[in-house]
Amino acid sequence: MATRSVIPFGPQHPVLPEPVHLDLVVEDERVVEAIPQIGFVHRGLEKLVQKRDFNQFVYVAERVCGICSFGHGYGYASATEKLMGIEIPRRAEYLRVILEELSRCHSHLLWLGLLADAFGFEALFNHCWRLRETVLDIFQRTCGARIILSITIVGGMAHDISDEDLKWVCEQLEGLKREYREIVDTMFNDVTVRERLCGVGYISFEDALELSMVGPFAKGSGIEHDMRTTGYGAYGDLEHFEPIISTECDCYARCKVRCEEVFQSIDIIEELVKKIPHDGIGGKPKAKVVPEGQSLVMIEQPRGEAFYYVRGNGTKNLDRFRMRTPTSQNLGGLVRALQGVDLADVPMIILTIDPCISCTER
Amino acid sequence: MGYASKSPWLIHYDGSSCNGCDIEVLDSLMPLYDLERFGIINTGNPKHADIFLVTGSVNHQNINVVKHIYEQMMEPKVVVACGICACTGGVFRDCYNIIGGVDKAIPVDVYAPGCAVRPETIIDAVLKAVEILDEKAKRLAAGEDPATIGKPMPETPNAPVDERHAAAEATAKAGEAKTEQPAAATKQTNE
Repeated sequence: MATRSVIPFGPQHPVLPEPVHLDLVVEDERVVEAIPQIGFVHRGLEKLVQKRDFNQFVYVAERVCGICSFGHGYGYASATEKLMGIEIPRRAEYLRVILEELSRCHSHLLWLGLLADAFGFEALFNHCWRLRETVLDIFQRTCGARIILSITIVGGMAHDISDEDLKWVCEQLEGLKREYREIVDTMFNDVTVRERLCGVGYISFEDALELSMVGPFAKGSGIEHDMRTTGYGAYGDLEHFEPIISTECDCYARCKVRCEEVFQSIDIIEELVKKIPHDGIGGKPKAKVVPEGQSLVMIEQPRGEAFYYVRGNGTKNLDRFRMRTPTSQNLGGLVRALQGVDLADVPMIILTIDPCISCTER
Repeated sequence: MGYASKSPWLIHYDGSSCNGCDIEVLDSLMPLYDLERFGIINTGNPKHADIFLVTGSVNHQNINVVKHIYEQMMEPKVVVACGICACTGGVFRDCYNIIGGVDKAIPVDVYAPGCAVRPETIIDAVLKAVEILDEKAKRLAAGEDPATIGKPMPETPNAPVDERHAAAEATAKAGEAKTEQPAAATKQTNE
């Protein structure tokens, strides 16, 4: 009979860019149980909505997470607009969706780099982060910042992105696509990568449904759930949209879903740039207070479905802001996937759910 | 900067940052900005590290983790606060769970502001840290006591929260509507 011991994993650990603590109960090399402990990044950001007015809070919402930063600003702004009954111009919707898809590219490239780093594939790590700079350069030129864009305001966009710039974006993405295809093909045909990823961290279709997982984690288990199919924003204007799924249910499947999503995002951006209307970008709302009432908005973040709820009370401050992020949905799945695996596979499984702790804890 | 006497290794810990500064810290080590050309390597082990990069402010849960990592590092050591949250608390300074900048937990040598901090700023800050590290190494070699080589540890990490609480209570008693903020909380940030 093997003896049981507990290995603390994190909050400071080389493979973790963010602090989360897991107590791994192991029997020899096999993990029997994983007990997560969170709260290292908790700031109490939702409460801040009572101290900042509804226009200022967009900037706070964007700082929920630096990776999916644009999406949080987008979600908050759309929920508040819905509550105030503001309809923003179509061009603003298009620009928001284009930037959201660019964020998805940058997030997935970043994730692939971190995953490669976790199994010691340093060259792939460096290549992915080099490619990611293309997207950051696009942000720099079109929005003026690399990470926190601060281009969304309640009622539209803070400034326009010119048609020449959008054309330039497409040219840049064309180059990115070519180089990324090369990297992805090399990676998925590599024997070592297959060895580390195939069959690891198995989550069946039923388990994924039962644990209500979202995003690429669920899509890797064959669940066809993507908020973009509901056609919010400018997604309804796309000719064809179908979520990418894979039915192999392991780490390899989840990687495949994410890698393909980057190509899908680039296609969406190219299609929207061709179709983009010219009807202004909106501006700050004339109303100085938020009416009483509540509204909720769901959008598809790089990591999956995110939910935003706002409640107004007739003053310039909102009464309540609540969000549910994809990683908090997926933590249950992570704990299930960690049961019975080898200790050496733990970093890989943690990274294939692409945890975003600062979203989860806020 | 002249020649550094050794190749410093760095360790990175994410306090309660939003990830923005973390990915910029990693980014500055990547091929485009390439901090590694100065002989700097990112390590996961505090005992091997000379420079401690902290992103994000400290909260009640992670203050002991930050202190613990700092205490495990060998002298001479330098702390760099990356990003405005690590410097002062930034946009989150008014949140209930935020104690303040990293200098509320451990002594900070270099402050690198920005939201998110740009890789150029990080490179600049790390090079400043290397200078300080060299100076400390020289003082150690001259026979100075390792315990007193750095700035002293901040004594009352919870002071700002308590102060604000006390101030709020005092004003509530006096019946005044306006609460007085402590000096650290009113500092301007480049949000």
